[in-house]
Amino acid sequence: MTLKFKSDSDRFEIDLGGDFIAYDDNGAKEDLYRSLRRFRGKEVVFAATDLKKWDSSLVVVLFEVARLAEGNTVKVDWSSLPQNLSELVRLALEVDRKPEQKKTIHLPFVDKVGDWGIAVHSGIGKGGRFIGETLKSVWRYITGVAVMRKVDLWFALEDSSYKAIGIVSLVSFMVGLILAFVGAIQLKMFGAQIYVASLVAIGMTRIMGAIMAGIIMAGRTGASYAATIGTMQVNEEIDALKTMGIPTTDFLVLPRILSLIVTMPILTMLADLMGILGGAVVGVVMLDISAAEYWKYTLDAVKMNNFSVGVFHGFIYGAVIALCGCYYGVNCGRNADSVGVATTKAVVSAIVWMIVVTGILTWLLQVWGV
Amino acid sequence: MVVAGVGRMSEKKTVIDVKNLTVGYGDFILMKDISFDVKQGDIFIIMGGSGCGKSSLLRVLTGLVPAQSGDVMINGQDFTQATDQERALIMQKCGILYQSGALFSSMTLAENISLPLQQYTDYSPQLIKELVSLKLALVGLNGFEDYYPSEISGGMKKRAGLARALALDPQIVYCDEPSAGLDPVSSKLLDDLLMEINQSLGTTFVVVTHELASIFAIGKDSIFLDAAIKGIGGRGNPKELLKNPPNNTVLEFLTRGEK
Repeated sequence: MTLKFKSDSDRFEIDLGGDFIAYDDNGAKEDLYRSLRRFRGKEVVFAATDLKKWDSSLVVVLFEVARLAEGNTVKVDWSSLPQNLSELVRLALEVDRKPEQKKTIHLPFVDKVGDWGIAVHSGIGKGGRFIGETLKSVWRYITGVAVMRKVDLWFALEDSSYKAIGIVSLVSFMVGLILAFVGAIQLKMFGAQIYVASLVAIGMTRIMGAIMAGIIMAGRTGASYAATIGTMQVNEEIDALKTMGIPTTDFLVLPRILSLIVTMPILTMLADLMGILGGAVVGVVMLDISAAEYWKYTLDAVKMNNFSVGVFHGFIYGAVIALCGCYYGVNCGRNADSVGVATTKAVVSAIVWMIVVTGILTWLLQVWGV
Repeated sequence: MVVAGVGRMSEKKTVIDVKNLTVGYGDFILMKDISFDVKQGDIFIIMGGSGCGKSSLLRVLTGLVPAQSGDVMINGQDFTQATDQERALIMQKCGILYQSGALFSSMTLAENISLPLQQYTDYSPQLIKELVSLKLALVGLNGFEDYYPSEISGGMKKRAGLARALALDPQIVYCDEPSAGLDPVSSKLLDDLLMEINQSLGTTFVVVTHELASIFAIGKDSIFLDAAIKGIGGRGNPKELLKNPPNNTVLEFLTRGEK
């Protein structure tokens, strides 16, 4: 390919020859543009008799030539170019809406903090209203006037119960195993390895079982709630519900929250059991504790109050996960990207709120001596 | 803003009366101070270029987005100022066909159509079943009761959406871009269906569209929303508007910019 140019006081001639496929000679292009910027003559003309193949990379050059010529009020004579090539350039130049340049606003730090404060305040208000609406839905359910299909509740129960057993069991078993390993290293130093059974039993039943089940269900079921309801928002299904006068909390949130507050305590008990089994494997195989002895120490350690506290945490976590999943689903935007954002926020916020609630409950239970 | 009507039928009862309505989101105003009315039994077209605010206006008319100012009266009742309960009562007389159909994906077509019947009537399950079959038959989907939305074509989804919109025998049906995403034949079949339902049941249709073929085929009355003036650029029967365009923008729109 050849890109040559020459100019006199009136004419600026550009000579194009050969193939211009994926033309990317920035040096030659810059030379051309620089000369054209300085040109103050009457017209730009082309000599393209030797031009063979070309693609958009040549149109890019010609488009820039046209803009530079226009800037210097120089006429461009396209007649020497192949007709389809000059047609493309004409098409590109035809409509120039000259949109306003987007302004990037750099807010001062104080303004950013202020905006953040307003967003947090509005988020708390929105979240509060959502919880209020959900409580009203629960009340409507208790009084038998909620618009909820039983089949939706069954589907939600199915999804958050036996389908979750495998993953909850596996992860809890491994956590019990790890807890026993870590404990054994320290307890062995005092010859107190038998207390690994107590450590695992108390740890799993009091809090770890609930937390592990909660984290798994936040990632599995909470995310699924946000994605499903978010997609319904994108598909205008939530608009359809609203215009039919059906409360979205009754129809979408209620079955999901009811299913999770029922299944989470059960999954917590399963996690407790699997964690204890994981600990037992370490105790029996690595620490040479007999199975009977391990079982005895476990039963001695598991007190009803620890067990109840764990199950109660599971119940609360169930409500937190369902609320976060449904809240971000219902408030999802109207595009595919928003569904991804809603899903991420649902999981992250569920885990954060679970930790916050755990902190509050732990303090309260400590104060009450439970 | 009220634009002088062209070929309007004034003897019919007004079912929707929009007065000085401003539509927008925050500081962004789409339509300012617009007024128009829709007569009973009409197929009323809301037309205009992309981004002019047609769908936003429909969202205000159906209560999904609050009006910035002004009133929407439906059968003499103030819809914009109504409480949630009053709105629900008003909306029982209205059906909506959404652009995507908006069928609930976890439900069969029969379950989708029976939902408003279960919500608002005391009909027996048997009667609801029969009504669902009738509504599906009306839109040419007889026998598709047990199909899920994912198992039918785009055109069929629109028809099923229309069947759901007609479930409660509404006085008014709002349609948001009913032809969008349909091939010309399916689009014409849907237009024919709307006209048949309009003629046989006397249902008033408010149709948001920019499909010229549909506009001329079904429109009895219309408004043209003009983004440049943030208001109504033309009002009347679309064919009459084409013959006597009130301004160049309407003419350009109705002739695809060819005149």
